[in-house]
Amino acid sequence: MGLFLAQLLTGLANAGALFMVASGLSLIFGVTRIVNFAHGSFYMLGAYVGWTLMQVLPGMVGFWGAILLAGIIVGLIGVIVEICVLRPVYSAPELFQLVATFGVILVIQDLTLMIWGAEDLLGPRAPGLKGIVRIMDEPVPQYDLALIAITPFVAFALWYLITKTRVGILVRAATQDREMVGALGVNQSWLFTGVFFLGCALAGLGGAVQLPKGGADLLMDFNILTSVFVVVVIGGMGSLPGAYLAAVIISVLNVFGVSYMPKSTLVLMFLVMVVVLMFRPFGLFGKEEVAGEHGQVGEPERPIKPAGLPVRLLVAVGLVLLGLIPILGSNFTEVLATDILIFCLFAASLHFMLGMGGLVSFGHAAFFGGGAYVAALFVTYAHTPMELALILAPLGAGLAAVIIGWVCLRSTGVYFAMLTLAFAQLLWSLVFQWGDITGGDDGLVNIWPSAWASSNTVFFYLTLVICAGGILLLRHAAHSPFGYALRAARDSARQAEAMGINTKRIQWVAFAFAGAMAGVAGGLFVFSKGSVFPNELEIARSFDALIVVFLGGVKTLSGGWVGGASFEAVKDYLTRFEYWRLALGLLIIGVVILAPEGIVGSLRKLGERLGVLNTGEDKR
Amino acid sequence: MQRKTFLKGLIGAALLASTAPVAFAQSGEPIKIGEINHYKRMAAFAEPYKKGIELALEEINGDGGVLGRPLEFIFRDDQGDPGEAIKIAEELMTRDGAVMLTGSILSNVGLAIASVAGEKKWVYLAAEPLADAVTWSAGNPYTFRLRASTYMQAAMLAEAAAKTDAVKYATIAPNYAYGKDAVAAFKEVLTKLKPDVEFVAEQWPALFKIDSGAEVQALERAKPDAIYNVTFGTDLAKFVRDGTTRGLFDGRTVYGLLSGEPEYLEPLADEAPEGWVVTGYPWYDFTEDDGANKAFVDAYQAKWNETPKIGSLVGYMAAESIAAAIAKAGSTETEAIRAAFEGLPVETPVGSITYREIDNQATMGAFVGTTALKDGAGVMVDWSYLDGADYLPSDEEVKKLRPSE
Repeated sequence: MGLFLAQLLTGLANAGALFMVASGLSLIFGVTRIVNFAHGSFYMLGAYVGWTLMQVLPGMVGFWGAILLAGIIVGLIGVIVEICVLRPVYSAPELFQLVATFGVILVIQDLTLMIWGAEDLLGPRAPGLKGIVRIMDEPVPQYDLALIAITPFVAFALWYLITKTRVGILVRAATQDREMVGALGVNQSWLFTGVFFLGCALAGLGGAVQLPKGGADLLMDFNILTSVFVVVVIGGMGSLPGAYLAAVIISVLNVFGVSYMPKSTLVLMFLVMVVVLMFRPFGLFGKEEVAGEHGQVGEPERPIKPAGLPVRLLVAVGLVLLGLIPILGSNFTEVLATDILIFCLFAASLHFMLGMGGLVSFGHAAFFGGGAYVAALFVTYAHTPMELALILAPLGAGLAAVIIGWVCLRSTGVYFAMLTLAFAQLLWSLVFQWGDITGGDDGLVNIWPSAWASSNTVFFYLTLVICAGGILLLRHAAHSPFGYALRAARDSARQAEAMGINTKRIQWVAFAFAGAMAGVAGGLFVFSKGSVFPNELEIARSFDALIVVFLGGVKTLSGGWVGGASFEAVKDYLTRFEYWRLALGLLIIGVVILAPEGIVGSLRKLGERLGVLNTGEDKR
Repeated sequence: MQRKTFLKGLIGAALLASTAPVAFAQSGEPIKIGEINHYKRMAAFAEPYKKGIELALEEINGDGGVLGRPLEFIFRDDQGDPGEAIKIAEELMTRDGAVMLTGSILSNVGLAIASVAGEKKWVYLAAEPLADAVTWSAGNPYTFRLRASTYMQAAMLAEAAAKTDAVKYATIAPNYAYGKDAVAAFKEVLTKLKPDVEFVAEQWPALFKIDSGAEVQALERAKPDAIYNVTFGTDLAKFVRDGTTRGLFDGRTVYGLLSGEPEYLEPLADEAPEGWVVTGYPWYDFTEDDGANKAFVDAYQAKWNETPKIGSLVGYMAAESIAAAIAKAGSTETEAIRAAFEGLPVETPVGSITYREIDNQATMGAFVGTTALKDGAGVMVDWSYLDGADYLPSDEEVKKLRPSE
């Protein structure tokens, strides 16, 4: 009984920082509809700033003052980011802003490394709260009790702010309908900035308040990001009580998981999330997302049209040029081009789902890595030849997509995205944990192409044929009746259904198709590298694809592969420099601000303005 | 729609521009070594490692280089991504004119490079990766490893543990391959030495995401006589703090794999645990009697004005090993270097080590000692250097573990 109570208290104490960070993310999303990937970075900044202040400010007052100040400083940094980076892109297509926040992550990572150095910083202990209290003979740290006491206070203050003050009324109004709030004469941009300040300050507070339980290090930002998203989604995006309850549930379950199923640490919270979203598709306290949010922001989608003869000829010339790489280039050029082609197919498959289907997936790496592992497992255990493994990879990935899609498509919007992320993470932990079969994170090695394809040149041609063919197939599918139905479901599910289209089934098929195409890329990937590791299933891989699709342009046909090719080429070049993350981050932010419709979309606009290209209107 | 072709052309042109062959070896031209590492993702470990290499290069080139040519390292960042590392390996070997590869801290990246090295017949020296698989189950004739593997270091601690009366052990290790290998090796060796030991709890926190309060409670619940710790970095700091606060370590001996390395002990400052039996690097304790060890520490501090980490030593020894191998080979041809590495003796700060012919593992050992607090900082006392050669399985077992030869 004593132990049980002590464990409960540990869980409640852990929930403190988690709730503060999660409530900030929830607020920001609720009002601005921005999925702030950089939220973990603000948490990390809070820890570093708090640590520095604690070195300067003495005693108990200094300690708590440092925590408060850290929150305010991080909030102000958030304001700078909001004004400089996000404000210019509010009118961009939905979710485009997350690309900008991804750039912010990279910039903050390198700046933090520059300012505070690489070594982990151990957080100072809270003055006056260093000891333990014995509750029913079990030791409980005093600071844990302090956290348990503070968190409801913060939660209450937030609740009061949101429900009882004028600011809170405006925030709630903006959460429900921001256009209307704007129409009623409220200065939206300052409301957004204010909410961003509050959200970031909460993240900073969370980072500073956990210092006595840990410290500050450079991996904090990504480490907390997934748990925070999980908490926000379980609680319901935009709901504060939901965030509190979810933080408590996750933290307490985690403590018991550690004691009674020590290996569950990787998967537990994702399982909880899947279960909650199966029964409550919008989280515990979330409301259904306002219908018609899609297409409200930014320009309406243009109708797509089949390529004319000149375009086809130009594509053919482009392919021939690519085919000349082995003759004109070096061995390494072939390897680099192979890498880029595989990534392009992966990005194009996500683009098909995202651009044509309006289905934003945060877990597309499940199918890329899934295909890679299917091929690798068959080669390792059944000595399957490469040719057969390359066919089995998309079949395996497609099958996984059929199953995962069935569950995920019960939700929509951000909840759908988070479910895909959860499944990617579950697949990742399966591969990671099941070391006897998958090799765990030691991976599967020595998986090389058949003898005829073992030279870099032959493998490059093989990749070129499959990837270019795959991208063309995806493009072809967009023009087929299936593609039309898919776009109808994206633009207006209700009207599409009235016309007799089974929208869910169409989206399901698209999900499986995109998954299988990602599997093709995954299969090629294994044989080009000779090995596969769980990294290919990681969230970071999914984000890579997501970022390039947005950078390339969601509302264009070629955005996926153009974004993939440019991003990979630039990254290959930039990583040669010391502070490449800073440079890449700034570049991404620059592209986001200058080309809010993505590279292809903005080039098309430019072409039209210069009169080089016909506008879509003329062709109709 | 011309934009599409324009872009393709642009990409094509960029690709072509980046292909001009640059490497043509001449006498007097530097001998290039490709070094791939996670300089950003694991900056705290990679920076001292790189500084160790640079110190060694300065000394080697000051003495006239290797084969009369200067030795040069090309440092490249792989973001901790195995796929990226393989691409960079290809570029270093086929375009930049590197004669062999080295690098990586993370075991999975090390295994990825080892795999491509075996396939493409490039020599790869895995300096830091600890996974047993690098030289055993996934070993190949072209891959060599410098540091004492997980098995060797765990065996050293198990030997120390077997001498005590403790019977009930609890383990805590990060939930990934290194943690699992470390626990398995410790169990195997300890059970062999002392068959009546019992393992009463196994905790597996996610790497760098430890919930230390809960882990400490779970360990306490099992009431072990002794604890075997494999956590490191921020996990270790949190574990030590919570364990100390809640009295987990009172009256229990803790065996800590790598816990005594400056990388992990220094951030703990005056909260470093006392009385743990650990592997580590007691650079502060070297006296003139320790000869080369002391000389290395002095030279490092003189050059960089900071104290060495274990990574500094490993980087330094890696560069020394490569220089020795190329000198012995008498050429920069891959097959010559590979043959030279087999059975290669190298004089290093920790003494003479040999790259074993049987499994390409170097006999570098580890420092084992007890932690203590001195002037507000954690240090190792009563330490001794254990030779790695004494902590490897018998030749027959190694042959079984290494299918490739």
